[in-house]
Amino acid sequence: MREIEYREAIKEAIIEEMDSDRRVFLIGEEIGVYGGSFKVYRGLLDRYGPERVINTPIAENTIAGAAIGAALTGYRPVAEIMAIDFTTLAMDQIVNHAAKIHFLSGGNVNVPLVIRTQGGVGKGVAAQHSQSLEAWFYHVPGLKVVMPSTPYDAKGLLKTAIRDDGPVIFIEHKKLYSVKGGVPEEEYTIPFGKAEVKREGNDITIFAYSNMIIKSLEAAEELSRHGISCEIVDPRTLVPLDINLLVDSVKKTGRLIVVSEACSRGSVASDISARVTERAFEYLKAPVKIVAGLNTPIPYNSTLERASIPQVNDIIEAAKKIL
Amino acid sequence: MVVLSDKEAALSDRKKIWMLEKLIEIRKFEEKAILLYRAGKIWGYLHPCIGQEAIPVGACCAIKKGDYIISNHRGHGHCIAAGADIRKMMAELFGKSTGYCGGRGGSMHIIDMEHGILGQNGIVGGGIPLSVGAGLSCKMDKKGSVTLCFFGDGASNNGVFHEALNMSALFKLPVIYICENNMYAISMSSKDSVACVDIGKRSCAYGIPGHIIDGSNPIEVYGAVSEAMELARGGGGPSLIEAKTYRFYGHHTNDPAEYRSSKEVEYYKSTKDPVVNFKRKLLEEKIITAGGIQEIENKLDRKIEEAVTFAMDSPEPELDEFLKEIKE
Ligand SMILES: Cc1ncc(C[n+]2csc(CCOP(=O)(O)OP(=O)(O)O)c2C)c(N)n1
Repeated sequence: MREIEYREAIKEAIIEEMDSDRRVFLIGEEIGVYGGSFKVYRGLLDRYGPERVINTPIAENTIAGAAIGAALTGYRPVAEIMAIDFTTLAMDQIVNHAAKIHFLSGGNVNVPLVIRTQGGVGKGVAAQHSQSLEAWFYHVPGLKVVMPSTPYDAKGLLKTAIRDDGPVIFIEHKKLYSVKGGVPEEEYTIPFGKAEVKREGNDITIFAYSNMIIKSLEAAEELSRHGISCEIVDPRTLVPLDINLLVDSVKKTGRLIVVSEACSRGSVASDISARVTERAFEYLKAPVKIVAGLNTPIPYNSTLERASIPQVNDIIEAAKKIL
Repeated sequence: MVVLSDKEAALSDRKKIWMLEKLIEIRKFEEKAILLYRAGKIWGYLHPCIGQEAIPVGACCAIKKGDYIISNHRGHGHCIAAGADIRKMMAELFGKSTGYCGGRGGSMHIIDMEHGILGQNGIVGGGIPLSVGAGLSCKMDKKGSVTLCFFGDGASNNGVFHEALNMSALFKLPVIYICENNMYAISMSSKDSVACVDIGKRSCAYGIPGHIIDGSNPIEVYGAVSEAMELARGGGGPSLIEAKTYRFYGHHTNDPAEYRSSKEVEYYKSTKDPVVNFKRKLLEEKIITAGGIQEIENKLDRKIEEAVTFAMDSPEPELDEFLKEIKE
């Protein structure tokens, strides 16, 4: 299979969906000549013109609102919020409107909308550009939350997101854009709510998503050299969540480590831990271990930055502790 | 209408030389920082204000102790003009413990309460609402203090700009809104992002004075800001100043700025360089000699080198201390 970058995979999904459905359009900051701040949209302005690649002023709440308005009136917008840190400025439209309209209409009205954004640590961009805020969206009923870890998943899930009746929050990781992976030439989609086992194992289940999949795979490789076999479960979509696959894996291994870059307090990780404990308590041979970001804003200094989120070694240490 | 000659007449030669020094200090600080960034000593985002130095310099020439400064991501100039210590700034860019943020913030987050600098900001428009609170404090303190709020053309399209100007006007707050219109927000031309021609004219919507000035001339900036200061200190409320300017570099150190024509860049560099133009002006007015300028340059070169040495020699932040602070 050919290998392409995560950013390319996302762009291919956009192109295929825009080519097949004229209702799909793009809206956001710096998505025109600049091609998006991570160059995902390079060339799309030339290909589709300014009517379908709408470059906006810096106004996140109105970008989200405009996308909702268009979604209500027959279009299928893909809005980009340049960084998840800036979705905080769009929270009213996302939380009070996008997430509620379907419900409030008695299920009669859909909001077929995708909001693409990126988060995460790793480039020294400090406290206002490094956050992992997926728990905010995970918390709000009415939103779907997608966090792909590979180019393959990114493409297949984004195509599904665009065809979905929404609203979908599609969260990328800034460290993943240049990561390459196999993506077939033929068309495919990946359904929401279907986790994938990224590595099979018997001793410990590791639940991770987004960039933490890469670190978990490294940790599992290292642990296998010490005779410890890890099974890595990537949910791919946090909402809807494939809890059954995870619970089945935990029933098999009897141990669970939940890895998340986001800080631990009020996190997806702590919720997963609670949900698995509820469903598989009698199978657990050790308490669930959470390996998460520290409860701190992300520092600029590279040593402190590294220390504030899980590293491969933290996962290895956690595994040794619960065995 | 600001009568520039009156404002200029009020400026002593000493003040003009201060302006020149600050212009050169900002320029040299950032040129050095860019080199250090390229050498891998500084990382993250670094947004140079080279080309725009006359705005912070002209504006801060009008401030007094007790006034507040609100900055943004392109804020080295605001900090230096307001009196920040470039050793602590450079140390912050290096992520060292002696930096203004103890190495936790980097280029975009310098905060220095000693000089009333309430912070740079990584969120576009993020500082604008703070101006209302700082303005309220100034008003309640009754000491005649004023808040200067700097932001870009891009930020002026965000809702917070409109909310804050309306509220400041309503409460007659002593705030001066200084829009540094460098014609671009990253790649987006302000022609394509601002629905009216001049951002300064948005003042009409809030019933406050608006000034549209040449931001490459520190005297002109000083003139408009000091006029707005008089109004603000007298209880007359806020003003909006649009200073037309140009950034000579890309949006940040990793941006090649392919969206601008080289002809355009050359035009501004050759006609609107605040450092070059102000040197020429002071020479023509015989306020300073070429030798005098050289002395300033040498002095500032040494000062920048000292700042770099200070930053390099400073210790990294203690990891243990950082971890200890995180209680749970
Ligand atoms: C709320 C928010 N949206 C988007 C960004 C990304 N961003 C950083 S600087 C910038 C452009 C700002 O333009 P302007 O306000 O004109 O200031 P300039 O960079 O031109 O000095 C953008 C879009 C951000 N940091 N914060």
